[in-house]
Amino acid sequence: MIAAEQSAYSYLSAYQDLAPSLPGVDQPWLQQLRAEGLAAFAERGFPNIREEEWRYTNLSALNKTVFAPVAEQGIDAAWLQSYRLEDAYSVVLVNGRYVAGLSALSGLNDGVSVRSLAEVLAQNPAALAGKLGQAVASSEHNLVAFNTAWFADGVVIEVAAKQQLDKPLQILHVVTEANALVVSRNLFLVNDQAEAEIIETYVGSADSYFTVSVNECLLGRNAGLTFYKAQLEAAKAQHFGGTYVKQAPDSRFAHHNFALGSLLARSDIHSDLDKASACTLNGLFVASGRQHLDNHTRINHLQPYAISREFYKGVLDKKARGVFQGRVVVAEGAQHTDSEMNNRNLLLSADAEVDTKPQLEIYNDDVKCSHGVTVGQLEEKSVFYLQSRGVDAETARNILTFAFANEMADKVENAELKGLLLQELLARFPAMNL
Amino acid sequence: MLSIKNLHVTINDKPILKGLTLDINPGEVHAIMGPNGAGKSTLSHVLSGKPGYTVTEGSVTYDGKDLLEMDPEVRAREGVFLAFQYPVEIPGVSNIYLLKAALNAMRKHKGLPEVDAMDFLTIVKSKVKLLQMDEKFLYRAVNEGFSGGEKKRNEILQAAVLEPKLCILDETDSGLDIDALRIVSDGVNSLRAAERSFLMITHYQRLLDYIKPDVVHVLADGKIVKSGGPELALELEEKGYSWLEGQAA
Ligand SMILES: Nc1ncnc2c1ncn2[C@@H]1O[C@H](COP(=O)(O)OP(=O)(O)O)[C@@H](O)[C@H]1O
Ligand SMILES: [Mg+2]
Repeated sequence: MIAAEQSAYSYLSAYQDLAPSLPGVDQPWLQQLRAEGLAAFAERGFPNIREEEWRYTNLSALNKTVFAPVAEQGIDAAWLQSYRLEDAYSVVLVNGRYVAGLSALSGLNDGVSVRSLAEVLAQNPAALAGKLGQAVASSEHNLVAFNTAWFADGVVIEVAAKQQLDKPLQILHVVTEANALVVSRNLFLVNDQAEAEIIETYVGSADSYFTVSVNECLLGRNAGLTFYKAQLEAAKAQHFGGTYVKQAPDSRFAHHNFALGSLLARSDIHSDLDKASACTLNGLFVASGRQHLDNHTRINHLQPYAISREFYKGVLDKKARGVFQGRVVVAEGAQHTDSEMNNRNLLLSADAEVDTKPQLEIYNDDVKCSHGVTVGQLEEKSVFYLQSRGVDAETARNILTFAFANEMADKVENAELKGLLLQELLARFPAMNL
Repeated sequence: MLSIKNLHVTINDKPILKGLTLDINPGEVHAIMGPNGAGKSTLSHVLSGKPGYTVTEGSVTYDGKDLLEMDPEVRAREGVFLAFQYPVEIPGVSNIYLLKAALNAMRKHKGLPEVDAMDFLTIVKSKVKLLQMDEKFLYRAVNEGFSGGEKKRNEILQAAVLEPKLCILDETDSGLDIDALRIVSDGVNSLRAAERSFLMITHYQRLLDYIKPDVVHVLADGKIVKSGGPELALELEEKGYSWLEGQAA
């Protein structure tokens, strides 16, 4: 506890120097949001395990290091290239800062704008008033609060009504410095009948750092947004990434969450569903060593006729720990809700652990909701079957594990991204490519 | 090629095989018949190296080597193939992947390079045709959602691609309708060769109408209680096993 207080104090005192340089200081509405975030953080610091939504994830390790924002640094272009998708627009955030020189946006069609958040706040802040902070508030928890007070940059993407991104847009979150504090706030405005595909990729060339990233997505009527997250952070990184969505009637949101990297990571994926909207949340978390990967999802069925489908898989080896919390809330007025949730986990070692907690809160009778959870091991009879065909036991285990995980990668329609993910999975479970 | 001497096997300390002796020469087809629970599948599992069985006495020599010393995958690479009585479903792993992984494992063991992708497809497709299967089966997950008969056919497809030296068929005929039985038998017969031996476990004479055995054995209560020519199978069909079971003691 003392460590937590000291840590919070260090951040707060650093904030006094930082605050004047943050974008939007002249905007009262933003200052209000930041003040709320700062006050919440000043009161309680980072979330702790006594909070219900954090009971499986202990952030106390965060208090051992004081992470600090860093200036933009040189970047290894060849290394970055290995994560860049060829057939996509791209935005590169280096240590949380939008770097136009590394981004590739030429050919972007009219009706789509992609800009640095800091730049928008400097040039046209009114465009963000009433939008930033609409999909999530600092009261959510103190990493959102921290993000709101601290963010210095990020990306704002807007697709005008009836327009669409003609290629996927990749957002590369890149960290280059040890002990960096990387806070970005990103806003995705997909207006009525617009369509977009976003791919976020988190990578780091430094060893240990702290990412605190918040995405807000506002979907218009009948808009479609497909969102992929490839969390490939460096081995000792700590990662928080939250994606908070508000879906207008008839909109479609699909999120594919691949949590593979970092030492400690927490993802929030929360969506509020208006009438007849559809939400698909898929996820795969693969952890080994002492990794801890927490996935927190919430689907709020607020209005009738919305559909939600959720499917998460976990693979935990060595002493790794996985968490899946899936909360589905069906409001009183949300008749004809149709919701399915599934979480399947594979434990590869006796010391690995998974905490899985589906939570259904249903406040009306006219709903179709189901959920299922399994936790199991590889089947020995399957291992033997492969051995009986000449495959050695270790490869057999890798093949079976890969096949388990691959079910989620298979749902990725973007071929390049799928290739990148398969490469990551095969590196963990070496077997011949399927 | 295969010499089993006085084999005693227990499962969880319970004796299942109790002194089984059997010799198979290259190119021979041996049939093993016997009542349920006699230990036929146990024999097939012990030969292919399935964990959970303890050999308490006896030996198994294969091609002059101690078979029981080898890991299951090494036995497979040395040419021992088991067509399972109950083939395992493997979600997420396609048939064609398994065939390729298996074939390459065998080739590597023999010091051969990986099979060329086009050659591999040619081989596999010809075998698929032989077994009158739909090519779509190649791209489906191993045995997942296959009918009983399709699973058995798939086992023989694997044997046809892998070309084992010793092919153990554990009740490959059960669950097959008469047409499928003929197709599978044709497949097996096409695999018969001077250097390839078969150990066919079956309940029914009808399989032996299609695949002519050189020797027929009766396995009861963990031992071979009688051996003879193909006519023994006919005799069993008529009289059942009970007249032989007393002889096991
Ligand atoms: N895992 C096991 N544990 C205990 N007993 C077993 C196990 N597997 C098989 N058995 C027993 O071993 C005996 C032989 O079984 P099996 O070899 O499958 O017979 P068959 O194939 O001839 O019908 C049976 O009595 C069976 O119940
Ligand atoms: Mg049997």
